[in-house]
Amino acid sequence: MRAAATFSGAFTALVALPARAIEPVMRGAQKILGIKRMPWVFLFPNLAAVLFFSLLPVFINIFYSATGSDRLYPADRPYVGAANYETLFECGSYLDPSTCSRDLFWRALGNTLIFVPVQVAAMIGIALFTAICLNRDIRGRGFFRGIFFFPVMLSPVVVALTWQWILQRNGALNGLLTALGLTPVNWLVFPNSAFFWSVFVTVWAHMGFFTIILLAGLQSIPRDVYEAAKMDAANPWRVFTRITLPMLKPTLLVVFILCVIRSVQTFDELYVLTGGGPGSATILIVQYIYEIGFAIQPRNFGLAAAASLLLGAVLLVFTLIQLRLARGKSYD
Amino acid sequence: MTELTARTAQSSILQFLTRRRGRVRADWTDWLTYAYLFLGLAVMFAPVLWVVLSSFKAPVNLAEFPPTFLPYAAETVTVEGFDEPLSLYEVTTEDGETRQLAQIRRVGLNAQMIDPANPGAGRLVVPVADAKPVRSIFFTWQHYTRLLSASGSDLWLFVYNSLFITIVATAITVIMNSMAAFALSKYRFKGNTLALIAILMTLMIPPTVVLVPIYLIVAQLGLVGNLWGVILPTVATPTGVFLLRQYMLTIPDELIEAARMDHASEWRIYWRIILPLSAPALAVVAIFSILSRWNDFLLPLVVLNRREVFTLQLALASFQDENQIHYDQLLAMTTLTALPLAFAFIFLQRYIASGIASTGIK
Repeated sequence: MRAAATFSGAFTALVALPARAIEPVMRGAQKILGIKRMPWVFLFPNLAAVLFFSLLPVFINIFYSATGSDRLYPADRPYVGAANYETLFECGSYLDPSTCSRDLFWRALGNTLIFVPVQVAAMIGIALFTAICLNRDIRGRGFFRGIFFFPVMLSPVVVALTWQWILQRNGALNGLLTALGLTPVNWLVFPNSAFFWSVFVTVWAHMGFFTIILLAGLQSIPRDVYEAAKMDAANPWRVFTRITLPMLKPTLLVVFILCVIRSVQTFDELYVLTGGGPGSATILIVQYIYEIGFAIQPRNFGLAAAASLLLGAVLLVFTLIQLRLARGKSYD
Repeated sequence: MTELTARTAQSSILQFLTRRRGRVRADWTDWLTYAYLFLGLAVMFAPVLWVVLSSFKAPVNLAEFPPTFLPYAAETVTVEGFDEPLSLYEVTTEDGETRQLAQIRRVGLNAQMIDPANPGAGRLVVPVADAKPVRSIFFTWQHYTRLLSASGSDLWLFVYNSLFITIVATAITVIMNSMAAFALSKYRFKGNTLALIAILMTLMIPPTVVLVPIYLIVAQLGLVGNLWGVILPTVATPTGVFLLRQYMLTIPDELIEAARMDHASEWRIYWRIILPLSAPALAVVAIFSILSRWNDFLLPLVVLNRREVFTLQLALASFQDENQIHYDQLLAMTTLTALPLAFAFIFLQRYIASGIASTGIK
């Protein structure tokens, strides 16, 4: 707790300086506008930032998706209607990406459609099992919780480079396999193994986050329910399916939605770990948006905007469900 | 007798290890739990330990396969008559005897060696296949000293950029979000709910979706390749406002009334009363802001397009663009980048865990 006190002390000092500078401005504002309008003064910076960097961009995005050419400034861009969307969806056969005019988009879409269910299932399964283990009356609980959680703190770049160092041709994993008498594999060179490790590494990095939420959910289940089950000599599996799962359902739902929202947006780790490769085996939708809008010349902002609006529509559905779920929950 | 005491001692150790609150003995589910947790320990922690250990290896040691667990370095000896220290080899002679010899130079498949204990005996010619280098555990700091020296790399520049973005963005985030939260929790005014909804609506607009227009706005402001171009788009966080508002609602209004009686300005009420009382919630918001700004990647990748404004994360990722990955420096830099947060985590674990559990923000 002393560390926390030092932290907040340092932070107060950091914030005190700008606050002192703002004070005369706010005092003047109160004199001119009166106390009734002060809440708007307090709200102004935040609302301006929200307007400028969140709401306005949505409209610009819609505008971009309806205009063509590689020019950045809206005034220079000719109106093309739904052409960008048509380009994205122009396919000879929807099952064969190579017949599409934007085959990379279809590969990214296909990869995302496989990646998300697999990753979400693995993530929630492993996080749930871990949370149940950590919720037991065991020694070193705090230590193990820290161990499972700390990768959440690591930056995606650090995570990716760490695993790349392990999975490379002369890496630790192949060293281990050789020691066990098995043949080394060039993990990130083959599409299937690269895809497997993409899922593995992202689960490794983020499972601690969901474990913490699930653990909080488990701890809110009253103890006496379990005591009663023990009286009835119920076996562990029955306790899990009849008590733990039903009582954890609200938390599981929140975790599921959060996990999907994040999984769909996976970018950083894979961009550094595989770069979307080999070929296009691990390119996901956000990386496609980045590639088409910023990396591949000429930059195609129109297609990138169209693709991100499609992504946004999918995310919107899940976020609305999340907000609906959260409404029943008290924040204390 | 001895056997009996041994057995009771053994069983008491077992009892001590398996002793627990409530129940007397551990059952099979406990063993399964421990087995899983120790497997988890290996899978979660070993990769990071491996990178840290590798960062202390000399380039020769890094390049070998299969890799060694600990860093090793070849041992050297100084032999009379040679200016440079010679590396030591363990040589198996034809009659099966092993001797330690110092290598002078390699000639094809043979090596010229000399006995360091008896340099007068002259040079010996030994087949390379029979000689194995003598090595001992050695942690080299060479990658770190090279990275940290001002001339060797731009590390300090990247550290400065990352720190600047993290600190400035977090300070602005905390002040701006708490100001908005103060207005939304302590005043009754027309448009209160509307403003809250407008802010919360941005929850539905993830930054990845509006990447292109944010780039346009940053470009219009002339901030491409400028650290402020990464700071400004990220400072208004809806979850921060929401968390702080919910916390401030629990602060009694009487305090504010009393301060108004004393003619305190609204800013003074916010700054002197509300902020100090919201410290726990502010800490959560600050920690999450620091975390996400320090680790941010996609927006800096798009906006910070010159090496002089790279953050640590961008600099790390850019090691890859070159044809050959220089793992020696990369590993040391990875360790240095991960270290501050790992250190902070030990102290702030409780705050972080409670923040995640109550709001699901990151």
